[in-house]
Amino acid sequence: MATFKLTVNNKTHTVDVDPDTPLLWVLRDNLGLTGTKYGCGVAQCGACTVHLNGNAVRSCSLPVSAATSGKITTIEGLSEDGSHPVQLAWEAEDVPQCGYCQSGQIMTAAAFLSRKPNPTDAEIETAMAGHICRCGTYYRIKKAIHLAAEKGGKK
Amino acid sequence: MKTKNLSRRNFIKLSGMTGTVLSLGMYIPSWSKEADIINLNTNNGSSVELNAWISIDTSGKITLTNHRAEMGQGSYQSVAQILAEELEVDMNQVTIVFASGNSAKYGSQVTGGSSTIRGSYKRLLRLGASAREMLIQAAAKKWNVDPSSCHAENAQVIHQSTGRKLSYGELVEAASKMTPPSNVKLKHPGEYKILRKPLPRQDTPMKVNGKAIFGTDFRLPGMLFAVVERSPRFEGKVKNIDDRETLKVPGVKAVVKVYRDTFSHLREGVAVVADSYWSALQGRKVLKVEWDETGIPQHNTAQLYERMREMAKGDIISYRTKGNFSDAFARAEKKVEYFYETPYESHSCMEPLNCTAHVTDDKIEIWGPIQAPDWIQSNLSAHFKMPMDKVIVNMTFLGGGFGRKAFTDYTYEAAYLSKEIKAPVQIVWTREDDMTIGPFRPGMVYRCAAGLNNGRISALETKMAGQNMGQQEPGADRKGYNDSVTEGLLEPYFNSIPHYTFGDAPLESPIPVMWWRSVYASTNGFAYESFFDELAAEAGQDPLAFRRQYLWEERYQHLIDKLEEVSGWKQRKKNEGYGVAITECFSSIVGEVVKVSRKSSGGIKIDKVWAVMDCGWYVNPDIIRAQVEGSIVMALGAATKHETTFKNSMAVEKNFDTYKMPRIHEIPEIEVYVMDNDEKAGGVGEPGLPPFTPALTNAIFDLTGKRIRKLPFSLDTV
Repeated sequence: MATFKLTVNNKTHTVDVDPDTPLLWVLRDNLGLTGTKYGCGVAQCGACTVHLNGNAVRSCSLPVSAATSGKITTIEGLSEDGSHPVQLAWEAEDVPQCGYCQSGQIMTAAAFLSRKPNPTDAEIETAMAGHICRCGTYYRIKKAIHLAAEKGGKK
Repeated sequence: MKTKNLSRRNFIKLSGMTGTVLSLGMYIPSWSKEADIINLNTNNGSSVELNAWISIDTSGKITLTNHRAEMGQGSYQSVAQILAEELEVDMNQVTIVFASGNSAKYGSQVTGGSSTIRGSYKRLLRLGASAREMLIQAAAKKWNVDPSSCHAENAQVIHQSTGRKLSYGELVEAASKMTPPSNVKLKHPGEYKILRKPLPRQDTPMKVNGKAIFGTDFRLPGMLFAVVERSPRFEGKVKNIDDRETLKVPGVKAVVKVYRDTFSHLREGVAVVADSYWSALQGRKVLKVEWDETGIPQHNTAQLYERMREMAKGDIISYRTKGNFSDAFARAEKKVEYFYETPYESHSCMEPLNCTAHVTDDKIEIWGPIQAPDWIQSNLSAHFKMPMDKVIVNMTFLGGGFGRKAFTDYTYEAAYLSKEIKAPVQIVWTREDDMTIGPFRPGMVYRCAAGLNNGRISALETKMAGQNMGQQEPGADRKGYNDSVTEGLLEPYFNSIPHYTFGDAPLESPIPVMWWRSVYASTNGFAYESFFDELAAEAGQDPLAFRRQYLWEERYQHLIDKLEEVSGWKQRKKNEGYGVAITECFSSIVGEVVKVSRKSSGGIKIDKVWAVMDCGWYVNPDIIRAQVEGSIVMALGAATKHETTFKNSMAVEKNFDTYKMPRIHEIPEIEVYVMDNDEKAGGVGEPGLPPFTPALTNAIFDLTGKRIRKLPFSLDTV
């Protein structure tokens, strides 16, 4: 066990965990941020995606010891009130079905749009290809990303 | 049970759930306050119940109950949308809560067979209307006027001539004392204000900000986490446990043998219990369990399919027959006969199975992603000999269900473990557990044979060889027919085909099998609609015109007209890559047209899918479109991307690296149309799935002349 200082959603937390513990489980079990989901544990599905210094990363495969130097943002911290353009676009297109994968999808989409404010279909597909949605909401995800881009995905 | 740092006394104290957990040095997260937990599913005390679904508190807060599981299909929105219509309230005025398991109060709560709306819409309309009438009566009494001079809108009762108004909150106490009217007049669909409108889902905001609570997000004070090692050959019994290394892992509290109820067989597992999920996983990595697997039949995918192919050639147990197939087939001008094969599949919900249980001497309470709360309530009541009212089964949001979460194994296992360790505990299956332990969709082999005379079907026989999901309980009658062999087939065929027989040959196998979205129709549909397409080609007829001549009822003709219109079917050129299929299940009919083309890099590209859904009476067209879109993607996966295979009696595909899912770049454009008619409500969550795969393979035939009769296949190598 070891002590780690983490900055999550602009708040500093100190946790005492095994250094190999993936960030995912620290967020969920130590910090109570359950919006970030476990889907596969091997960086195949994207349900666990969070931002580390603005980049989308797979928290299931990132040891907590590698996450201490940066700013971590989870779905709970993407916006104060669900008003990030990506969240609003997801609502406008009524994207989620079961909703379990959507935190991860939204985090990747938000990071992507901040770098690529006006993406093409092909660019969206490349950016989002690391995510699995078993409900099959992909078609709406694509539409929502275009909509968020129109409304100013870069926030 | 073996424990570390945890005396029996501590376990007993732990079960008290107050403060004593601190004695274990465990972290109690600040968010897990009792109040949050209570708010998850239950009504608060100040509200007045007008009936089992509708409560209103004196401040006017309206609470509607969803008695079914919300697993993505939209019951959370749809049940409330029905109630709100007749209650005369706006969707923005209501709070929606989940019921706990209680079939005496709610009727069946098993969220399967696409049954939520079609099974309860009339009752829900009447409940909304009768609550409204009680509120109107209460107002009329207060004003001393005739109730017929009052009407309700926007959560208030209005006296027309004087314009006086009273809100539902002001009326609810008096209304609750009124006798619910036995006869209420329901609106004509033309009068609907919110039904049939594509209103946004009430669960969307909390699904885009991380606040929706799924099973695995649920927390109790002092809750432990567990992961379970289970026999990879399904039926193995624990022979020996070596947990010496496991108990050395920091955070691990105990190693406990557990049981799960798999079709009334108690299957064994070994749970590693810890104060965090990661510790439990680390403990499991070094756990050594020896399994006694004596008597479990050896099997692998090749052998299973070899057996099914033989069985499909032999005798079947007939379910539905008419005329004399053998005689008519013998006399047919042209005889057509083909085999079709569909794979075993994993449900692979994005939220792996999990369940939180807290069992004490006098009460069992569980929380989880649960499709069948009432079944699970009876199951736990029977297992633990606990009265039904002491067994509380709470539904969280489900991160996918698809049939897998309508089952009693994962819930009983968690309750069993909680009772053993005398503590609240959450078992989370790893992705690998979820994908390899089953139950699976059963693999199938179909043999279809037909005789054609003058280009018309004179005789039809289908044989389905595969595991019968209904024959897994101990002592199941294996001689009975499978009444699902015709699921997916359009009802008019039974009138218009003169001689037929449909039947099955049940395969015996230790592999547990279970409903998978659209169940038997998901595989029947591929066989039958591929075969009809082959018959159309043999008869030299247009595939849709060929089907049309057997489907003379108006409802089916309208659906075909619509499908032709939206897909431009009649304007297409020969061999341009169009395919069609139409199936019927759970009282809905769905037709789909797929358009494919050749990729310049080789292989096939799906350009577009047009779907026409006839589910009769309906609630929310946008949810219907979403369900059909999702069904098409799920079918695409099972047709072209993934399957579960078995080697050395174990499932081979363990995670998404080998069980490959369709991803965003592989999804075609999908257009969904909903038919408007006066038919009874049909299912929505599943019926869009079966027609996609045959429409796709029929389109590939149209383009390439190649028939695909075995799934899955790769679009890249067609």
